Amino acid sequence: MTTIYVLWLRQLKRYVRSRARIVASLGQPLLYLFGFGFGFSKVYEKAGQGNYIQFLAPGMIAMTILFTSIFSGIELIFDRQFGFLKEVMVAPVPRLLIMIGRTIGGATVALIQGLIVAVICLLAGFRPSLSSIPAALFFMLLMAILFTALGTAIASVLSDFQGFQMVMNFLVMPIFFLSGALFPLNNVPGPMAVLAAIDPLSYGVDGLRAALIGTSHFGMSIDMVVLSTLSVIFMVIGARLFSRIQL
Amino acid sequence: MIRVENLVKTYGEIQAVRDISFHVKKGEIFAFLGPNGAGKTTTIKMLTTLLRPTSGRVFIDGLDPATHQNEVRQRFGIVFQDPSLDDELTAWENMDFHGALYSVPRRVRGERTEMLLTLFELWDRRNDQVKKFSGGMKRRLEIARGLLHTPKVIFLDEPTLGLDPQTRNQLWTQVKSLNEQEQVTVFLTTHYMEEADRVAQRIAIIDHGRIVAQGTSAELKQQTGAETLEQAFLSLTGSSIRAEGADSADAMRNMARMWRKNR
Repeated sequence: MTTIYVLWLRQLKRYVRSRARIVASLGQPLLYLFGFGFGFSKVYEKAGQGNYIQFLAPGMIAMTILFTSIFSGIELIFDRQFGFLKEVMVAPVPRLLIMIGRTIGGATVALIQGLIVAVICLLAGFRPSLSSIPAALFFMLLMAILFTALGTAIASVLSDFQGFQMVMNFLVMPIFFLSGALFPLNNVPGPMAVLAAIDPLSYGVDGLRAALIGTSHFGMSIDMVVLSTLSVIFMVIGARLFSRIQL
Repeated sequence: MIRVENLVKTYGEIQAVRDISFHVKKGEIFAFLGPNGAGKTTTIKMLTTLLRPTSGRVFIDGLDPATHQNEVRQRFGIVFQDPSLDDELTAWENMDFHGALYSVPRRVRGERTEMLLTLFELWDRRNDQVKKFSGGMKRRLEIARGLLHTPKVIFLDEPTLGLDPQTRNQLWTQVKSLNEQEQVTVFLTTHYMEEADRVAQRIAIIDHGRIVAQGTSAELKQQTGAETLEQAFLSLTGSSIRAEGADSADAMRNMARMWRKNR
């Protein structure tokens, strides 16, 4: 328990101390929110779909969580490069607890970032239904855990930063763009619908929308089952790969 | 305290460590010397549970690192060749984190942290982030941290690399005084022969994965008819320069250096 706690605390301390990172990581969702949000809102409205900001906000929250979580997981590479990982690996504690502590820490950071973006969305005119905030928080937490575990799994296999850009371009960006964070999945062409259906983020975005604005593509219970199952699977894979790290 | 019997490590065709045996007594300062690529770091990794031996046996305080991983880990402290501190945390936080991982009770953790940081002259800087520390301060902090959980053995892998003579001298004085106070066994590697000569009670020299000589400094000098330990070392290991392939660890070290410079 202490192991998990100190690793969690370390992640939070590092987060709070790197103000540059907080600001930088909020830039992207802001850009999307204002660029897309205000740019497309008229078109969206004309297409008879209603308020675009209302639709986009859950997608932006999900996006923030995706990027922050994956990055938190990938930070493992930093720890390896700056040597800190060795200190943890020779400590008399099971590697599984180290992985869990890291993941919960990273997920907490992602959750905080998601909440900050949620507040910004509120300021931009987003009006969610307040009754389902607990459900929304739950979806945010599941996404945070899922993608931190995924990031940890990837970082356990990569030995340096060369592969990082590839992960961003061929994994994280597709996960984001195919998830329906920016557009509704109801009328997309067949192949894309298939891709969206195997994209874990689709269920996160959909679940958040179901909770916050009451519209859903897959249905809230399916979202919840898929995300919970995937979180467990990714944690197990991440833990496996992490415990195989050779220094 | 440390007993190594017929230890072998092979990576495919390459034999990094070939059938070495030695022992280190309790409370002793033991220097493990050898040219680059001789098998020092591989041996330390096997002694500290980071690597499994191909064959042979190792005992740390009577326990086998391969089968009693966590018990062995509790019994040793280690200072790696490369820094392993969290730069964003303060000196105190690095110590506290270590103490928590090694389940040192909170009160003892506080007392020992104060004692060790004072000894290594870092107490005044305890609330500063490590990234503001000089190379010598970081090294001292790492040694202090390695000793926090009162280990029976401390491994120091080239702890004085890149430090100036003043800092090196002071560091060994501090390590020696702790060795006397707490009876902690010290297992060190270094390329500075005069350090080994001054600090270590016994020395083993490893080359091409084999131990070519061991004994006190005087015995090694006598055996080779040399005046200094450095001459003895050179006559035992030859004077050709060793080719050392740049492995991924080296690449990473370079990368980490670049990062530090650019920040």
